[in-house]
Amino acid sequence: MFAEGTEAATHAAGWFLEHAWLIPLIPAVAFFLIIGFGKRMPRGGSEIGIASMLAALVIAAGTAYQWVQRVDAPVSEGELGLSRASFGSARVFSEKAAAEGHEVLPVINSWNWFDIGGLKVSIGSHIDGLAVTLLLLVAFISTLVQIYSTEYVRGDRRYTHFFASITLFSAGMLTMVLAPNMVQFILGWEIMGLCSFLLIGHWWEQKANSEAALKAIWTVRVGDMGLLVGTAVLLGMFGTLEISEINEKAATFAGDNKGMLMFAAIALFIACIGKSGQFPLHTWLPDAMAGPTPVSSLLHSSTMVVAGVFLVARLYPVFHVGLDINLAGQNFNLIAVIGGITVLIAAGLAFVQDDIKKVLAYSTVSQLGYMMLGLGVGAWTGAVFHIFTHAFFKCALFLCAGSIAHTGSHHSFDMKTDMGGLRKKMPVTFVVWILSTLALCGVPFFSGFFSKDEIIDSAKYNDYKVFYFVAIIGEAMTAAYMTRATYLTFFGTARGGAAHFVHGHDAHATDAHAVDAHPVDSHGHDDHDAPVHHSAPLPFAKTDSSWQITIPLLILGVLAVISGYLNAPALGIHWFEHMTESSIGLPIGKGGPFEVPPPPEFTWSAAAPGLVLVLLGFLVSLYLSKAVFGEKKTALQGLTQRNKVLGAGHRFLVNKYYLDTLYEKVIVRSIAHPISRAAYWTNQHVLDGIVNAVGKGGRRTGELVYKYVDQGLVDGAVNGSGATARGAGSALQSVQSGKVNLYGALLFGAAAVGALVLVLVNS
Amino acid sequence: MLLASDIQIAQNIGFGIIAAIMILGALNVVRSSNVVHAALSLVAVMAGAAAQYLLLAAEFVAVTQVLVYIGAVMVLFLFGVMLTRAKLGKDVDLNNKGGAAIGAPVALLLFGVMAYVLVKGFEDTKLDPDLLPSTTADLSDKIFSVYALPFWALSFVLLAAVIGAIVLARKD
Amino acid sequence: MLINNFLLLGAVLFCIGVYGVIARKNAVLVLMSIELILNSVNINLLAFDRLWGGQQDGQVFALYIIAVAAAEVGVGLAMVLLIFRNRKTISLDDLSEMKG
Repeated sequence: MFAEGTEAATHAAGWFLEHAWLIPLIPAVAFFLIIGFGKRMPRGGSEIGIASMLAALVIAAGTAYQWVQRVDAPVSEGELGLSRASFGSARVFSEKAAAEGHEVLPVINSWNWFDIGGLKVSIGSHIDGLAVTLLLLVAFISTLVQIYSTEYVRGDRRYTHFFASITLFSAGMLTMVLAPNMVQFILGWEIMGLCSFLLIGHWWEQKANSEAALKAIWTVRVGDMGLLVGTAVLLGMFGTLEISEINEKAATFAGDNKGMLMFAAIALFIACIGKSGQFPLHTWLPDAMAGPTPVSSLLHSSTMVVAGVFLVARLYPVFHVGLDINLAGQNFNLIAVIGGITVLIAAGLAFVQDDIKKVLAYSTVSQLGYMMLGLGVGAWTGAVFHIFTHAFFKCALFLCAGSIAHTGSHHSFDMKTDMGGLRKKMPVTFVVWILSTLALCGVPFFSGFFSKDEIIDSAKYNDYKVFYFVAIIGEAMTAAYMTRATYLTFFGTARGGAAHFVHGHDAHATDAHAVDAHPVDSHGHDDHDAPVHHSAPLPFAKTDSSWQITIPLLILGVLAVISGYLNAPALGIHWFEHMTESSIGLPIGKGGPFEVPPPPEFTWSAAAPGLVLVLLGFLVSLYLSKAVFGEKKTALQGLTQRNKVLGAGHRFLVNKYYLDTLYEKVIVRSIAHPISRAAYWTNQHVLDGIVNAVGKGGRRTGELVYKYVDQGLVDGAVNGSGATARGAGSALQSVQSGKVNLYGALLFGAAAVGALVLVLVNS
Repeated sequence: MLLASDIQIAQNIGFGIIAAIMILGALNVVRSSNVVHAALSLVAVMAGAAAQYLLLAAEFVAVTQVLVYIGAVMVLFLFGVMLTRAKLGKDVDLNNKGGAAIGAPVALLLFGVMAYVLVKGFEDTKLDPDLLPSTTADLSDKIFSVYALPFWALSFVLLAAVIGAIVLARKD
Repeated sequence: MLINNFLLLGAVLFCIGVYGVIARKNAVLVLMSIELILNSVNINLLAFDRLWGGQQDGQVFALYIIAVAAAEVGVGLAMVLLIFRNRKTISLDDLSEMKG
């Protein structure tokens, strides 16, 4: 089993690395506890959830710490020798690493789960830099979001189930992150999909929410077909489901059926398209905003949607070799193209959204496009680091949106009708928002700058010029739409719900909220049935939200600024890269078709065009926002209504490029309706026909049996016996007629017959 | 002296004639539509029977037959006929409907069987022609010695019959 | 003489008597037919008596038969009279009270 391998690993691995499998296990157990006991607990189960996430966070932190130690620790020759014999994946790395004196083995710890036809499937953990990054990330963000949720969903009708689903989600994602083989990976993937469905449709009483949940799961499902097909092809090609072995075999791929590898890579990438919201399967992500804001911030911005990116990063040799990512002379490939398209179209759609969460959702789609783009141009470290930093600032942005809705805008997310001018009364939210926006736009020295810039630089240096331009244009658009959103939310005059908040009563008054003049938004947040006690806000921001909301915001805001410094090429810090490079065998210089180019050196001159465009985007958007949304009447206001071309363009964007229409009305209807009609016809005529025929046959048989067997045979026999008896009686009745003469006749007749018999016998 | 063996032919002819009369008389009894005619035919049959007894050298029996049967029983029958208001003259209501249909076959069957048996059994057995008639003294000896018990039983039967007849037929 | 003469004569009379019992409706006539039967039996007895050496056993028996027949007719006719007195008919059909 794992004896030999574990020995080699145990020499260097610490307790946390060995027991990293506890990280997903604790939330999984907590899920069952919440389901079983949550309702009876004083805080409705959230204690169990938060406690489990804290425990997972502690163990993840320990794992990260020990991994760092492992990377930095010198590796002895003896271990290398052992590992060479037992670890397949080490073979690739160990020779090169032995040559360069630097090699870190992943800590793989697995038990035999089940056997199918000779194929052993294991369950356990595979800890390397990439896994550690995501483990820490997921555990941390989950803990913060759960703390935030205790205030945000307070009084909700399904409070306990919410915490149960969120805990299960964390367990699922953690399972996926440290999966050593594709089966466990898919297990975690599917658990996440299930929890996404449950959480998006948390307020399923409103039809829009349940439809959004269904749209999410069906769209992602379309992609999941690719995951299964790709895994099956890889299994068929390489004969194994272990991720380390797949990577090794793909990295040294020298076979002649390259097409199969490409097919597997494309199939797996389709799953990523679905899960990570790339074009063309991005349509579910904005609709997923129907779920509660903590769900949007946890699942649909920082953790679940990066699962697709994680898959590509995890099996990078498969994609890199299969899709010829950094082959000399290639300047486009599928991943980069899809990523690039996603960046642009999502950024475009973010301009026409009135709902603040939808702006953030499209922003997420766009940033996921960046990550895919990064992976597509060979910037592995950049993309993974962008996952890391993006998680913090995007989660912060969503939690800010939730904070605004909870406190400032009467549970509305509509920027145009219920927000505006909130910056004075919600200072913490405002500051965190600004910090996160700056990080998102890639402003220098905020975290997003370091990660995004690496992607953009790699695109330029790795001969993916087109995508370089796409990336920097995307940066400009990001700056622009975020400026618009910021202006609408925090500046200008307070409107609607915000007006109530800013000019009216304190956010923490316990009187009932006034009946909303606008209809309940699609989020279906139920009005509090009874006055709900909000917890205390932070002392220096008394008008802002409660501490459960603002403290996580602050933490994330700080991280949005400083997390980038883990890997800042601009400042010559390559620590993050150093920690994670063993996941794909960096540095690699020689041998095999798998050659990821190292990240380029950073120069300010190379980054300059991007930064200029960001500034340009910001300024233009500021001007336009002031002009269109400000108080002063300008010629620009109502432009899209007056100008036909601009109006058509606006409508095109508002209708999301008519993609939803294409998917739902054209594709789905043309496939589903005939199928459903055929199924209905089959049901009515064939199945029901068979059932009815059987029924009719049964009844007919019954009738026949009744008529012939029962009436005829049985009754006939019974009646017959009666008739026979009566007949015999009638016949014999004449013997007892009372006629003496007849008696005499019988007597003499009998005597005659007897005599005759005697004579005949004796003659 | 005429021995019996000498007058066999005459006996046969006599038998034949008497037998014919008897049979005809019997047929009349069962087929006549006049009750009195039937009764009188029965008398003829009984008389014929007595004659046959004589041919069989049973003189006492023959005489007793005449005295008792014809003299008493037939008179009784005629009294019965009279007392039951039998229709004198032709009476159409004397036969069973379908009685002939049942009776004839039975009778014929019976006769067939008996005839067959008799012919088969006794083909040519002849009666001893030289047998002397028995004397009454021997007969009475037989009755009162060997068959005394039946005689007494018979006397009781007759007594019972007489008493019974009186009891049954008296008017109260 | 052949014994069969007498025996067959007896058989004929017997059968005629049987016919009469079956065919006659009048009770008295039935009794008469019975007399025929008894007479035929007498002839039979006496014939056999003569055949087997004239021992007079048969004659004794015949005498007894005559006596019994007389007794029987007496009682029988007394009954017929009684029936006639009660039912005003001695037709055997009308006397039967059974249905069918």
